[in-house]
Amino acid sequence: MSLIIDTISKRFGRFAALDGASLTAPQGAFVALLGPSGSGKTTLLRILGGLEQADSGSARFADMNWLDMPARQRKAGFVFQQYALFRHMTVARNIAFGLEVRPRGERPARARIKQRVEELLELVQLQDLGGRYPSQLSGGQRQRVALARALAIEPRMLLLDEPFGALDAKVRKELRIWLRHIHDKAGVTSVFVTHDQEEAFAVADLVAVMNKGRIEQVGAPDAVRREPRTPFVSEFLGA
Amino acid sequence: MKKHLKPTEDPLALKLLLGAIMLAFIGLVLVLPLAVVFREALADGWDKAFATLGDEDTLAAIELSLTAAAIAVPLNTVFGIAAAWAIAKFDFPGKTFLVTLIDLPFSVSPVVAGLIYVLVFGMQGWFGPALADYDIHILFALPGIVLATIFVTFPFVARELIPLMVDQGRDEEEAAATLGATGFQTFRRVTLPNIKWALLYGVLLCNARALGEFGAVSVVSGHIRGQTNTMPLHVQLLYDNYDYVGAFTVAAILALLALLTLGVKSFLEWRYADELAASHRH
Repeated sequence: MSLIIDTISKRFGRFAALDGASLTAPQGAFVALLGPSGSGKTTLLRILGGLEQADSGSARFADMNWLDMPARQRKAGFVFQQYALFRHMTVARNIAFGLEVRPRGERPARARIKQRVEELLELVQLQDLGGRYPSQLSGGQRQRVALARALAIEPRMLLLDEPFGALDAKVRKELRIWLRHIHDKAGVTSVFVTHDQEEAFAVADLVAVMNKGRIEQVGAPDAVRREPRTPFVSEFLGA
Repeated sequence: MKKHLKPTEDPLALKLLLGAIMLAFIGLVLVLPLAVVFREALADGWDKAFATLGDEDTLAAIELSLTAAAIAVPLNTVFGIAAAWAIAKFDFPGKTFLVTLIDLPFSVSPVVAGLIYVLVFGMQGWFGPALADYDIHILFALPGIVLATIFVTFPFVARELIPLMVDQGRDEEEAAATLGATGFQTFRRVTLPNIKWALLYGVLLCNARALGEFGAVSVVSGHIRGQTNTMPLHVQLLYDNYDYVGAFTVAAILALLALLTLGVKSFLEWRYADELAASHRH
């Protein structure tokens, strides 16, 4: 039931964004993809989310050929750096979206959806803001709505692309503790992209250091820090 | 103490001068001609004007114009959305070429556009004789007029949508996909609501131009009175026959349709001002 990423490669024109990236993580792990910009971490995340097609390689998750499934069947909750909230919908409608688009047979009753939205609003501590539009919220609030929206579909996997990148340092710190808490509560497997090593080491069970489209080293935060296995990792962490 | 102006504020005299120039220009170029149209239409009184409206050929021209617009505008709305969606949300080879192609009707003279259809469907053209064998008539008939109208008004919807959709990016569509929405659900629930104001504006402009198009339609219509004469062509025909009241009456109808279009647009902008502002912020 673990996540197994096997030598995934992806080129954009002549640029090799991913060059044989491999990674194994147990079910329920919180994985941080850490690396400088251009190292391929966002591309790998987007491939896991089904937003980009891998040129070669495979990924298995929960005994499924993960990359063969279309994005909308993966139930991978994706949280974008720029939030990507539906601007013409209220917060409540944003959160309900993933439930409302389900086929008739699987769609919960309207009252049940409403109840679920209330629960999620409470979880992200935005109880009274369900009627607001995204443009009326602060950055931190928007990202919490985005997370609630991703959680509404009861995701198998949570994919977060520098979710706190656009926020100030204090809010970042609060949100990452809270995010870890939500991850544990929801029992999902999470993959989290960041270029901030302090952030990666603070929240993740596993840190995967990426460079030039490859994963240089994977391990528990302490182990990676104690024993960097390649010159790049030791230099990157030392910086 | 001397009062200081804000850096963005101009002296009163300059503001008045600029305002006066603007009003004079608008009055001379926009309002005055419009007033003349209505004055000439009513020069011999309301009865004469209404007599023109009761004329069979005039009614046929109005009907033909409305029919051509009723076919061309919905088709161009669909084409425009499809083109803008493809250009803004996907990457594919030949994209720049497609954008240039969409602009073609703006750069080609409408007369040339009409002549292209004569070349293709005329009796001396490529397909004209073959189609005539099956009793299908494109030129000097409704299909030709509709084709010419579609060609000329093609860019309006697409041009209105492309910059907005490029600016909005693909994030929301990608988010919808990860949340389980199908392509159609994403389009209906996410893409369409985000572009509806620009779309409406494009459709109104497209409609105004479709009703008013003269050049391209003139080439393919054949000017058959009561059959293939659209409103703008009918204006010319009446004017050439020294029926000034008739010409200006039909022109006044065209002007009224244009004013109605603007009125609808302004009303909607006023009615949905909040929503409009929300879709641009964020």
